[in-house]
Amino acid sequence: MTDLRLPRVRDFGQGVGAFALGIVLLALFLLLAGFDVGASLDALWRGAFGSWYEFTSATLVRATPLIILGLAFTLASKAGMLNIGMEGQFAAGAIGATWIGLHVGSVPPVLAMLATVIAAGLFGAAFISFPVLLRARFGVSEVISTLLLNFVGVAAVSYAVTGPLQEPTRVYPQSRTIELSARLPHLGAGSRLHAGFILAVVLVVLLLLLLNHTGYGFRIRAAGAGPRAALISGRMPVTAIGAMALLWSGALAGVGGGVEVSGVSYALYQNLSPGYGFTAIAVALLARLRPELVLVTGVMFGALEAGAAAMQRDAAVPAVAALVVEAVVILVMLLSTRRVR
Amino acid sequence: MSDAILPVAFVAAAVRVGTPLALAAIGEAVTEKSGVINLGVEGAMLAGAFGAAAGAFHGGLLAGVMAGLIAGVAVAALFAVVAIGARANQVISGTAVTLAVTGLTGLLAQRIWGTAGAGLSLPTFAPLPVPGLETVPFLGPAFFRQSVLTYACYLMIPVATWLLFHTRFGLEIRASGESPSAATAAGVAVARTRTLATLIGGACAGLAGASLVLAQVGTFTERMSGGRGFIAIAIVALGRWHPWGVAMASLVFGAATALQYMFQASGTAVPYQVFIALPYLLALAALGIAVGRHRGPAALGQPH
Repeated sequence: MTDLRLPRVRDFGQGVGAFALGIVLLALFLLLAGFDVGASLDALWRGAFGSWYEFTSATLVRATPLIILGLAFTLASKAGMLNIGMEGQFAAGAIGATWIGLHVGSVPPVLAMLATVIAAGLFGAAFISFPVLLRARFGVSEVISTLLLNFVGVAAVSYAVTGPLQEPTRVYPQSRTIELSARLPHLGAGSRLHAGFILAVVLVVLLLLLLNHTGYGFRIRAAGAGPRAALISGRMPVTAIGAMALLWSGALAGVGGGVEVSGVSYALYQNLSPGYGFTAIAVALLARLRPELVLVTGVMFGALEAGAAAMQRDAAVPAVAALVVEAVVILVMLLSTRRVR
Repeated sequence: MSDAILPVAFVAAAVRVGTPLALAAIGEAVTEKSGVINLGVEGAMLAGAFGAAAGAFHGGLLAGVMAGLIAGVAVAALFAVVAIGARANQVISGTAVTLAVTGLTGLLAQRIWGTAGAGLSLPTFAPLPVPGLETVPFLGPAFFRQSVLTYACYLMIPVATWLLFHTRFGLEIRASGESPSAATAAGVAVARTRTLATLIGGACAGLAGASLVLAQVGTFTERMSGGRGFIAIAIVALGRWHPWGVAMASLVFGAATALQYMFQASGTAVPYQVFIALPYLLALAALGIAVGRHRGPAALGQPH
């Protein structure tokens, strides 16, 4: 389970090819299913890159959670852990951010934003702590446990927006909007791009430094690359390293959810995420688990998500179509490995 | 509904709701015994549900069942190409296959039936009482007034047990799952055995999807498998990779889901989301209990 067997980074062109192949297969499929392919692809392109506004306010806004979640998957995978539960941690983070965001009206903005994002991270980490405990105590693989908790996360949001966090009139399944002080500022007037994107870039740099320039990062990579060797070396508590990596991964995914609330939606809704937790797996794999490339692939998939939304709006193609491209990318990345080695 | 009938109705509902879980989980048990963990079982189930809906929409119930089964096998074949043929990471391959099916069925359903299958009304299997057995007190109404797909599921339990533990093929499956290199040395074609076991699992998952549509819901909606395939994987661990254990565990999960209907109907103060989350939490707890005692096939998840 630990070895993802991904091709080397210098073959990144191959990754771009995988993405292109995904789009081609999607087009072919739309053609076979009888959709208007020309109009669909036109909507897809214009929704993502049609103008500077589309690029910043649609593509980069969607890239923000994908980059953060892509980093979450990367961190866990480096330690040999598969976090398939980011969708659930994202939901937990969104709940945490909303809860704090509703109660910081009298707090100065920077502190309020900080508190909101940190709460999201704590909620994400708390949410993944069950799988971490199950793994440490009973040896239960984190794969199934994190996967199952996705559904619990969705149910938790559903409960929150019809129960404790529901808006005061108790009519709509959503929360009240969070306080102004907790909202991330927009980057430029008339743009929907928010400071969360800056945070995502900062997190990329931080993860890069952590993994490649600290002893802790070295131990994470060693535990992931060769758990037996790391254990035998006698200086690496492999189980504890894996547990910590999972906790941080859950925290990052939670931050992803928190940033979505404090930067985009300003309130908690059901279906806040259109499947970011799974898309991010493709983001991280296409980036070959390299944080700096996650920034690039995050934007690629952000464009895909933005385009898919436009496709649904303008060409009546369901947005789930984006999943086809994601799946093709993941499968091609897995298949191309053998040729490389 | 009087108090005397309620337990019977509850168990009957548990059996009905547990049927797709049991069908998928028995198949996944066969797959996992060969050393392959297929998270694409969720996708195979969804494809089976879609195939069954499309088949029944155009050609009636039998066509629906066949189409569901074939769709499940096709999805498992795609998984097998990547995970067994190319020896890629099984967890990620299965996740990707499930994503692909979610996208494709979502697109096709919209194309064929319009938005989210609204108004789609399919023929469904009526409960078919088994003459003689249906009159047995309690057991009759609970277990033998079910759809024909539930009876197929009953039949699969001994058949899968026989296949796994009393045939040469079963021995090869188990050898491939415990020690693929030793199996290879003994002349077993491990990749072929694992592929066959995966296809069997896909067929069962396809049937599971068919039973979800044709014996329970009567329509198709986007993402309608709703994680049942993933729950099936937890059920396999709880049932300790044995068809009988898996069937029992499925009944427990069926009961957990049936609780939801009962409590919703009785209007308790407990938020309904608790019951939605219950099967998943139960699955988590089950993994903690089950995996601690029995670790499953030694080479589970390892490419060979």
